[in-house]
Amino acid sequence: METAPRDRIEQMQLQRLKQTVAWALQTPFYRKKLGQVGIDSPDDIRSLEDLQRIPYTTKDDLRLSFPKGLLAVEMRDVIRIHSSSGTTGIPTVIYFARDDVDNWTDLLARSIVGTGATADDVFQNMMTYGMFTGGLGLHYGAERVGMTVIPIGGGNTKRQIQTMKDFQTTVVHVTPSYLLHIHSRLGEDGIYLRDLALRKAFIGAEPHSENTRRKLQELLHIEAYNSYGLSELNGPGVAFECVCRKDMHIWEDAYIAEIIQPDTGEVLKEGQEGELVLTNLVRRATPILRYRTRDLAFLYPEGCDCGRTHRRLSRILGRTDDMLIINGVNVFPSQIEEKIMKIPEVATNYQIYVDKKGALDRLTVKVEIYPKLFLGEVAKLEALRQKIIEELRSSIVISPAVELHEPGALPVFEGKAKRVVDDRPKE
Amino acid sequence: MAKQLTIFVENRPGRLQSISENLQKSNIDIRAFTIQDRGDYGLLRLIVDKPNEAYLALADLGCACALRDVLAVSVPDQPGNFHKLASALAVNSINVLDAYGFVLQPHRTGVCCMEIDKAQMAKAEETVRQAGFAVLEDEELYSL
Repeated sequence: METAPRDRIEQMQLQRLKQTVAWALQTPFYRKKLGQVGIDSPDDIRSLEDLQRIPYTTKDDLRLSFPKGLLAVEMRDVIRIHSSSGTTGIPTVIYFARDDVDNWTDLLARSIVGTGATADDVFQNMMTYGMFTGGLGLHYGAERVGMTVIPIGGGNTKRQIQTMKDFQTTVVHVTPSYLLHIHSRLGEDGIYLRDLALRKAFIGAEPHSENTRRKLQELLHIEAYNSYGLSELNGPGVAFECVCRKDMHIWEDAYIAEIIQPDTGEVLKEGQEGELVLTNLVRRATPILRYRTRDLAFLYPEGCDCGRTHRRLSRILGRTDDMLIINGVNVFPSQIEEKIMKIPEVATNYQIYVDKKGALDRLTVKVEIYPKLFLGEVAKLEALRQKIIEELRSSIVISPAVELHEPGALPVFEGKAKRVVDDRPKE
Repeated sequence: MAKQLTIFVENRPGRLQSISENLQKSNIDIRAFTIQDRGDYGLLRLIVDKPNEAYLALADLGCACALRDVLAVSVPDQPGNFHKLASALAVNSINVLDAYGFVLQPHRTGVCCMEIDKAQMAKAEETVRQAGFAVLEDEELYSL
């Protein structure tokens, strides 16, 4: 399949698109949405060009369909639920039937094999497990390849390094910033690079430059492979680099990729930069058609030295919305605003500040205290700080630092407020 | 009861000056002050001659400030006196949330200002008096 000629890939895409439309028509959301453009049956899709008749699906659509508007099977046929944070409190939820997990696992196994990793490798998965897809997705794929999987999850750097030494880990799955952080901590407990057996890293979940990849490869004497995915379209395994490491093959038997002009929605030509739109072709329980990823990228024409025919996707060049990626976790400023504005002791002005501390991102939320509720007690102020941290952690998963400021101390804006300051170095 | 003015101040250059400037404009006399450092901010505690006026002057500017009851005890400046006070409080299980002291020259009068939990304030006052110390009422403290 990976080296199938274009006509074969397209033939499969059409067949699977029709199937996906049939599944989608079983959901309340798509029955209405497709009905509006006169698609009431999979037979209304006669060629791949008919894809253009299907309206785009957005994150808001998923949010408004919460919890079951996009569910195409009975709950008893769902074997797993994943979700990602919504822009405002309501998460987006993805249901997986048994076949869906199986297909996703296959895509990841294929991706892993594409990097040259084998059953002889020891795989330490440093991505967060749980509702996020980064942990379990690669875990299942690596098991299918037959690798020795260490499901260590995110964080706890000392333990990560010790485990890499103890089990002679050869492959890790990690965010680029966390891998740099790990490198900076080598030697602290008497464990040096020479004590490790690392040879490959799968890096993803946050945008990074070619320079960062080169730096990781040189510092750790490894090969670093870019990975792309988003939970709405399963998670990792949408696109992955092969041994050539010249951008990521999109698995076109499982996804249809389009690049559009984000403002007009016009479909752009191959090679032009725009917003990536993805259609899932092999997901029974939550079919998603023409999903606007908000990620900016471009597609290469077919052809790669490895012989695979699936087209390649460039690294992610930016976003069309204000989403922040903090150490691999997606954070929308609106999520932060929603939480802090519910706390009476906080005034209406606030600022979201992002910078780097060492290799890692650091998120600081700066709030002004509300003078009328100030009682002069340190204990209350510290309790307020803790309350803000807890509230935010429940929404955005990560714990920000919270700074308390005097009323009127944060910049005030006329017109559209610029509340997000991103001081991370641009590469 | 004597009042202390507590002001929320960011920990950065120039913040104290803006407060002192406004107190000066309102002709407020500062009898004592202390700053509690909390990292990114501090709490400035002031004993002033006109606490209400000082409070209004700062609150009008939008400052986060509060007037808090403070138990101000006159402690003659002699060895062992502070221990005597602390022991009396300890025996009666009174918890001091925060405290600071200063000595006025040339009379060598020591003053200990204590923040006590509201529920324990009456008991604290009684304890201090029984131990032989004078509690300074508001005007006494402001006009020291």
